[in-house]
This record gives sequence, C-alpha cells and structure tokens, in this order.
Amino acid sequence: MRCIMPTVTYVDFEGESTQQELAEGMTLMQGAVMNGVEGIEGECSGSCACATCHCYVDDAWLSTLPEMSENEDEMLDDTASERKPNSRLSCQIKASADLDGIVIHMPEEQE
Amino acid sequence: MSGVVIVGGGHAGYQSADSLRRSGYEGRVTLVDGEGHLPYQRPPLSKSHLLESAGEDALLFRSQSYFKDHNIDLKLGIRVNAIHRDSKQVELDNGETLIYEQLVLATGAKLRQLDVPGSKLDGVGYIKSLDDIRYIQNHLNSVEEVVIIGGGFIALEFASTAVKLGKKVVVLVRGKKLMANAVSPELSDYMLDIHHQHGVDIRFGAEVDHISGDANANVEAVRLKDGTLLPAQLVLAGIGVEADTELAVTAKLLCHDGIIVDGQCRTSDPDIFAAGDSAKYDNPFVGTEIRLESVQNAVDQAKVIAQVIAGQEAEYHSVPWFWSDQYDIKMQMVGIHHGFTHFYQRGSMEDDKFSLLFYRDEQLISIHSINRPGDHMAGRKLITAGISPTREQAEDAGFKLNTLLKK
Repeated sequence: MRCIMPTVTYVDFEGESTQQELAEGMTLMQGAVMNGVEGIEGECSGSCACATCHCYVDDAWLSTLPEMSENEDEMLDDTASERKPNSRLSCQIKASADLDGIVIHMPEEQE
Repeated sequence: MSGVVIVGGGHAGYQSADSLRRSGYEGRVTLVDGEGHLPYQRPPLSKSHLLESAGEDALLFRSQSYFKDHNIDLKLGIRVNAIHRDSKQVELDNGETLIYEQLVLATGAKLRQLDVPGSKLDGVGYIKSLDDIRYIQNHLNSVEEVVIIGGGFIALEFASTAVKLGKKVVVLVRGKKLMANAVSPELSDYMLDIHHQHGVDIRFGAEVDHISGDANANVEAVRLKDGTLLPAQLVLAGIGVEADTELAVTAKLLCHDGIIVDGQCRTSDPDIFAAGDSAKYDNPFVGTEIRLESVQNAVDQAKVIAQVIAGQEAEYHSVPWFWSDQYDIKMQMVGIHHGFTHFYQRGSMEDDKFSLLFYRDEQLISIHSINRPGDHMAGRKLITAGISPTREQAEDAGFKLNTLLKK
C-alpha cells in the first residue's frame, strides 16, 4: 500500500501560495517553518504559548478540523493580526489524511 | 572571506542566523555547533517529544535546504577551540580558522552533573540535548520505576511525561519547594498538589548518598543520606545548568556568571555579541543584572543582534516570559515576581484556571497563569506599557485585562 503524505497549501498575505507535503502527525506550523514558508513563526515550538503561528483556515475545511482547546481559544484573542471566525493556531492542527489538501492563509503579521 | 560567525545552534544561535538574513544582511553567515545535528528546538525534549509520534524532524527549526537557500553555512559537529580577538578569528577543532567581522556567542548553558557515587552507571540521564533524550528514550521502555533528582521545570516536566507513560515516579527535591526560584510559593504549592494527584511521590529535603547498580552496571536504586532506598531503573538528574562562558572567559571578555552584555547585546568587545542562556544584562523590568534561561530571551536578544549588525536601530528591552507544560496544566509566567510586595488572585485554584498578579507597591511586575493564557498575553503588553490593573479589575476573573490596553 502506498503511503500518501497529506498536502497543505499555504497562502501568504500577498496571495502567493505554496504547497507542501507533510508527514502525518506533523503540525501545519512545523510544516511551514521546516520548509521555509514565511508568515508563520512558531516561537514556542508548538506549545500553544506564543500565538505567532496564527492562520486563517479556508472555510471549506473548518468543519473537518479538530476542535479548538480553551487555551487555543484564549490565545487567539491576543494575536498580532485581527482574529476572524476562521482563525486558528497552526501548531494545534496536525497533518492527516482527513486534512489532505487543506488551505490556510497567513495573516499580515505575527508579532 | 569574513562576515558573521555564530557559535551555538540553539534558539539564540539559530535565530541570529535567520534574523540576519531577514534583516537584509548580505555578508557571510557561518553557524558553528558542536552537537552534529541540524539546529533543533529544545523545549519539547522534556515536554511533548517523548509522547508524540512526529519524531525528531518535528524538532528542527528548519530543513537543511532552508540553510542552503539562505546562504547560511552550517558547521555541525565542530567546536570552537578559541577566539583570537586581536586578529578577529575563531579557531575550530577541525583545524580550520574563521575570520569574523562580528562574532555572536550563543554558547548556552552547561548541564550541572551529578557527582555522587554511581553517577556514571547505565540508566543515569539528563535532558538538555537530542542525544540526552535519545539516551532516555532507549532506556524508558523497559523501565518501571523512575527517580528524578531536582525540583525545577525540567525535572517536573519529565515527571509528568513519565507518569503519562505509566511509570512510577519519585521526585527528590533538596529544598522545601518545587520550582522555588521561578514561581511563588502559592503556585508551587498548587503544582505540588497536581503532582500528588497524579501519584508522584515527592520527597523534600532529600539528599542523595549514592546510586547503586547491578552486576552489569545498570542502575538499580537510589540511596538517600537518611538511609531510604528507592528502587529505580532510570535516574534523571534535572539539577540545573550553568552559563557556558568558557570561550568568553578565555578570550578575556567581561564575565561573571554569564557574559556581560549591554542593551544591544554587545559584550565588552564591540565586535562580539552574546545572546541566550549565557548572556547577562541589566533588565529594566527586573531592575538588576540577570541571566535568563528562556526561549523568549534567546529569540529576542538574537533579533536585536541581527538588527544591530545589519545596521538598524535596536535595543533589547523585552519583558521576560516563559512557560511550562505539566500534565494538562499550562503554566505561563510573564515578568519576574521577585521582590513583590503583594499579589491578587483571579479565578480559582479548584477550577485549575487562575492567575496571580504580582505588584511591587502599586506597579504590576509579573503574572503567573494556570490555564488562563488570555491573562498571560495581556500581561506581556500591560507590563511593557507600565499599566497596572486596580485590585478590583485584577480580582474580577470576568474582566478582560486586555481591555485596559485598548484606548
């Protein structure tokens, strides 16, 4: 059986998009910083402690996402760019077969 | 060809390199690190790493190609033997010499080693590097009982990890409190309760006499000075670190328990900078010279250095913040609470959701939060701006502290 790596599309603030294949279990934040995708920082190594990996998840994928923790919800109140209904911290979303093809948009700034 | 040479590939070293390129610096950037791994992040080592499936790649700051694409020359598994300030050169242990225009010392900290008899037995480990955690990982599967020496963040984060992996855990603390220096007695007592709830056996005032092993030199037990014998197949020592100032001291840079730097993170030599765990500086939010062992400090100092080298105005004056994850508890600390005159509590300890706001006279100096990240994030901005909530605002858990910022 062939193992398919989930693909994530990162769209930067100017609208430029890049696609990356992520190992399952890797977070969307890790996938961005590992591959040099600009616009996501992840200063706290994915501990949900810094809010510098803020992203806007494409509406089509919102219902597929794992539920947000109370901590993430509170952190999102203090992001550098405006919080929207589709705001999430990309360190709290792991690449998986269910999320293969997900599209996330980067905010203007992270800090 | 000269340029910037960075010594150390931890948070401060990696960030210096990355920020130099982001600041538009076009000269040569060389990062030298003794460990032989691509630069990686240490915070998860004691926290999530052993519990997650994502593996070691998830620890990396960047992939190998990122460094190549950004023209950052990595010299991994290579140590710096000496700095020659007069000729502005560093001498590497592979015989090579690098010339620098600016040198960044991100040498970090050195583990404090156990020195009781039996410290070298197989099954005695530490957590600081990737190699340390591989060692722990190799032992952990076959282990039932773990003894942890130390009561700081690393020790307690590992206790929480070991409990989650089904181990029986004893924690030995020399003093009377957990995390005695980093958090207030109230928070320390609360966390003690949490560890007790998870079945961790914590012994205060415990002094290790020796560690004993079996015929194959594998750890078998820890003997305390009072005669207590604690069976263990793994002993983790989390007894702190010391600033790694060796290169700086030998090069006669001003040092005392850290490399002394100014507001631009410059050492006593204007062409040599220092950042991270090894750098000591006068922090306006603390009111004294301090050395911080935290990600925030390493990252923010590195950014300042990169800007200064790239010819931009920059000064380091960030409010310190740090965090710890133990079980499902997120501890977030902002500011340094030492020297507080009083504190107010918001939220309740019974709900595992509260913050302690520390004041020096009328001034808010620090907030310690348990599962209340909103208070923490607001705290960073409030303390930076010098805004102090009133007692009423502080104690009203429903009042959003960040509304004080919106003018």
